[in-house]
Order: sequence, then C-alpha cells, then structure tokens
Amino acid sequence: MLTMKQEKWGGPRPGAGRKPASEPTVTIRVPVSHKETLVALVQRMKTSPPVRIPDWLEMLPLAEQTPPRTIPLMSHSVRAGFPSPADDYVEKRIDLNEELIQHREATFFLRVRGHSMVGAGIDDGDELIVDRAIKPEHGRIVVAAVDGELTVKRFYQRGGAVKLVAESPEFPDIELKDGQEMVIWGVVTKIIKSV
Amino acid sequence: MTTFALIDGNNFYVSCERVFNPKLEGKPVVVLSNNDGCAVARSLEVKALGVKMGTPWFQMQDLARKHGIIALSSNYTLYADLSNRMMSVLGTFSPHQEVYSIDECFLALDGFNIDLTAYGQVIRQRVHRWTGIPVCVGIGPSKTLAKLANHIAKKRPEWKSVCDLGTLSEQDLNTLLDSIEVGEVWGVGSRIREKLATLQIHTVLALKQADSGLIRRQFSVVMERTVMELRGISCLALEEVAPAKQQIMCSRSFGAPVMLLTELREAVTSYATRAAEKLRRQSSVAGAVHVFISTSPFREKNPQYSQGLTIPLPDATSDTLKLVKAVLWGLKHIYRPGYRYVKAGVMLMDIAPAATQQNSLFADEVAEESTVQLMQTMDMINRKMGKDSIFLASAGIRKHWQMKRGNKSPSYTTNWDELAEVR
Repeated sequence: MLTMKQEKWGGPRPGAGRKPASEPTVTIRVPVSHKETLVALVQRMKTSPPVRIPDWLEMLPLAEQTPPRTIPLMSHSVRAGFPSPADDYVEKRIDLNEELIQHREATFFLRVRGHSMVGAGIDDGDELIVDRAIKPEHGRIVVAAVDGELTVKRFYQRGGAVKLVAESPEFPDIELKDGQEMVIWGVVTKIIKSV
Repeated sequence: MTTFALIDGNNFYVSCERVFNPKLEGKPVVVLSNNDGCAVARSLEVKALGVKMGTPWFQMQDLARKHGIIALSSNYTLYADLSNRMMSVLGTFSPHQEVYSIDECFLALDGFNIDLTAYGQVIRQRVHRWTGIPVCVGIGPSKTLAKLANHIAKKRPEWKSVCDLGTLSEQDLNTLLDSIEVGEVWGVGSRIREKLATLQIHTVLALKQADSGLIRRQFSVVMERTVMELRGISCLALEEVAPAKQQIMCSRSFGAPVMLLTELREAVTSYATRAAEKLRRQSSVAGAVHVFISTSPFREKNPQYSQGLTIPLPDATSDTLKLVKAVLWGLKHIYRPGYRYVKAGVMLMDIAPAATQQNSLFADEVAEESTVQLMQTMDMINRKMGKDSIFLASAGIRKHWQMKRGNKSPSYTTNWDELAEVR
C-alpha cells in the first residue's frame, strides 16, 4: 500500500481568503482637493476600454506618409525667422539655346568668311545662326548654295526677278543666269560677334 | 487595320556630306569605311557606274580617275548628328516611332484618316527642308510591305518618292509585286534567295502566294511570318524602345599593321574603354568579355594568325578598370609575336541591367560603390570636356595604330572650330 507522509502542517489554503485585485496596488499620498478627481478617473478607466493606436498607424512613421518631394528649381531653405523676399521671384536661368533657337532640328551654325555683307553688320569671322525651317522671304538675309558654294546674301524677290544682293559696293548682285542653280539653304536669324 | 510607314534617307552618308558641301551635288561620291577601306555609301552617280556596296577603294581607282569619283572618309560624328535631327523631325509625324537604323525609321499611321500619299509628301518635304536630307517614304499594312514600298518609292520615279501600297487594288498590287525580284524583300538574303529559286519562287508575288506551311517547313517560322506580312497581315509590331544591347562590340582595323604587344595593349584598352562607356550609358553590366586579334586575310603571303578568348568575370561589372584588366589578361594569352596584326576587338557579353545584378559572396560593396562613382565622374568629364579628355594610360598616348581617315570632312555640327564656312 502506498503511504503518504505529511511533511508540513498549517499555512494558507489555496483558494481561501479575499479575491486578489486585478493588479498589484500601491499606496500614494494625494492632495485632498484632487482626491475626488483621481478616484473618478480610476473608476472610468475600469469601466471603459483603454484607447488603442491602430496597427496601421504604428506601421507608418509620419515621414513616409508624405509624398516624395521634388526639388524646387531654386529656393532658400526656410529658416526660423524672416523668409527671403526674393523667393516669389525665382526663375530659371536664361538658356541661350531656348532664346536664340526656334527650331532645334533645323538650326545650324555657320562661320562667315569675307566682307560681302559688311553693310548688314556681318563681318569676316562672325558666326551665323541659320534656321532652315523658316521660309525665305523678300528682304531676309539668307544662306544660299550657288555654284557649289555656300554664300550669305540678302534675298530679293520682286516681280518675277530673283537675286541675291550683297551689302558691300565691291560685290555685285548674284542674278540667276540660265542653267544656273540656286538653292536657298536657310534663313539667318542671328549674328554672333566677338568684341 | 494597321498601317506602317518606313522613311529612309537616300544615300544617307553621301547626303549628309552634301548638306555642307554643295559642290558634291550631282557628282559621283563614295563614302569609305573606317581606314578608307571599302565603299559604305554611294551616290546615285556612282551606283550608275556599277560600283557595288562594299567594293574596296583600291579596286575602283581606275574608275575613279576616269569619272572623277570623289572619295570621302566616313564622318560618323556628322552622320549621327544629322540622323538625330532627322529622327526627331520624323517623330513629330506620329505618336509611335521605331528608329530602325541610323537612316531609317518606322512610323505607325494606324487610324490616320487622311490621304497618306499627301502626308508622305509633307513628311518628305519637311525632313528635306529642315535637315537637308532627301528621304523616301513607303507605306503599307505591314512592316515588310512598308519596307518594300520604300524600295519602290526609291527605284521608280513615277511614285515621286512616296509609295502607299494601300492605294492599289489587289490586282494592281500583285502586278507590281510580280515585277520585283524576291531578294528585295526584307529578310530575304542571298542564301534564302537561292533556296527560294530552287522552289521556283523568283518574284515577290510568288513568295506572297507560296504555301506558308511549305515555307515554314523549308525555312523557318520567321520566313512564314514574312509571307503573312506580304499578304498584308501584320506580324511584326513596332519596337518603340530599342531593346538594351545584348552584346557590345568595339573593333577597328589599324591604320598600319601592328606587331608589338605594347601597341595591341593600347588598342584593346581604348576599345574596352569605349565599349564600357556604351555599357554604362545603357545602365548595364557585363558578365564576360571577349578579346580578339587577327592578321589580314587579304595579305595571303604573310603568315596568318587570328585568335580570340572569352574571359568570364567573377562579378558582372561596368567598371572600365576591371574590364580592361580582363581584356589585357586575355590579350597576353592569345598574343603570338612575329605576326602583322591588322585588327583587334573587344566584345562585352552576358549583359544584364545593373539594377538586377547579383553580387558574389566575396564582393566588396564599399569598393564597388566608389568605382561606380569614379566611372560616373570619368564619363561626366569626357562628356563635358570632349571625348578622351581623361583615359587610362594603358590606352597609349601616341596611338600609332589609329585609323587612317585621309579625307574626312569637318565635324560641321558638333565642333565649334569646324563650322562650315559661308562667303
């Protein structure tokens, strides 16, 4: 037969006594005037559930909720204090390609040799901006291919007569003779000079 | 219904030269390949003299003297700039464009409810007016037919440089196709043409009406697709974004034969440098490099040797230093003294986008990052200050081996010091 040996006598009986509080408690001292408020607060926390932060909010730190930032063309970093009064007037820097070229694909640079157009302010060594997309009209300065040479002259087209007019007394006009071919290569839009 | 247009520059390189040198107008002109070797472009006048594409210059000397043929070294800088201008003008004529080569591009004209022949004329005049390059326009319901239409526009003056096959009745179209030799069809090379001849297929019409199953069995699905395309069923779509190159090759013939390893080292270093630049421009990395050297097969009396070697890289890279190191290692292994080498080349292989690159276990990522920065800096300096502003010293400074380009025109549009002159 199995014998049991009693090792200990007395002590607490399990399950006996007052029901334990939900969590351990401490005794604190509070000012008398606040006692009612604090008691009411504790009561309310017992009856209503605590405020919970939803999971998704915790997942996303604030910084990542903002859309990706684009870098402004130019601006001051804003310091605490007075912002720059120039900020509203910021504009892109001038781009000569945009200002001087109307048709990108059709625009070429050529260099002038000789003095046939000095009267029009075109000197030896100047660079010309030539736009092939512009229609040559009477009075415009054009580059033309005459007898296998590129030449810059003023385009004259009146009453069926077509000629290229030099702007220097030393150079005769070029009038189209029979069998001679002239192709207008492009229209001069700007002259670049070194000074 | 699909509609494609193929626009193609006439004798493109010659036309580029003529834009800035009107003297060449109406004269017989050829443009020679690198090292002034063979004809790579011929003006109409030269074609009329019976000079074939690829004829070596020394073989046309007599003809050239007799007819005053003007031979020019190729000026790819100029051709590339005018090509970009032309493509950009053409791009304004359709929302969908495929740049197919330096001088031709496809446009999708689906749903353009207008007179396409007139539209083609507008395209032609605009490109000619704006860039100086004369072009022909071919229009058809498939890319293959558009290309064939372009051929017709070019060869048959009655079409006035614009040919829309859609304007023809089925019967007229067939009559036209019957008059064209089958070798003119896109994708039909000389070997396929010979084989088609054994099947009694000599004209485009015969190929169009051939049994497509037979064509597939005798040739391939690719040829079967060509038959379908000839029937007006579009099988090839527009490729608007050029696929990243799977292989990048940089090889040249030398100006004079080279015997020394040191000179070969210089040459392959600069080829590898150039290839690596291209690789980085398409944001890719290479997993292997191939280097080769060869003597001239045309100098039959000299001892012949040609050899290549592929070197796999531990980590795919676009780093010029690593690629050059691998190439030089390979060169040392294939080089044999005593031969007169006339050509060397470097090919980058196993190309993948840099973004999906997989590093090996032992890759040093910090060092990796700094070489990426070094390469970016190098590319930037060379872009800003001009080609080869900085380069590896092993590319050599004197470059005896460099190409001959005896009669190259100035870089009219890309170098401020070489602008065309006007009187």
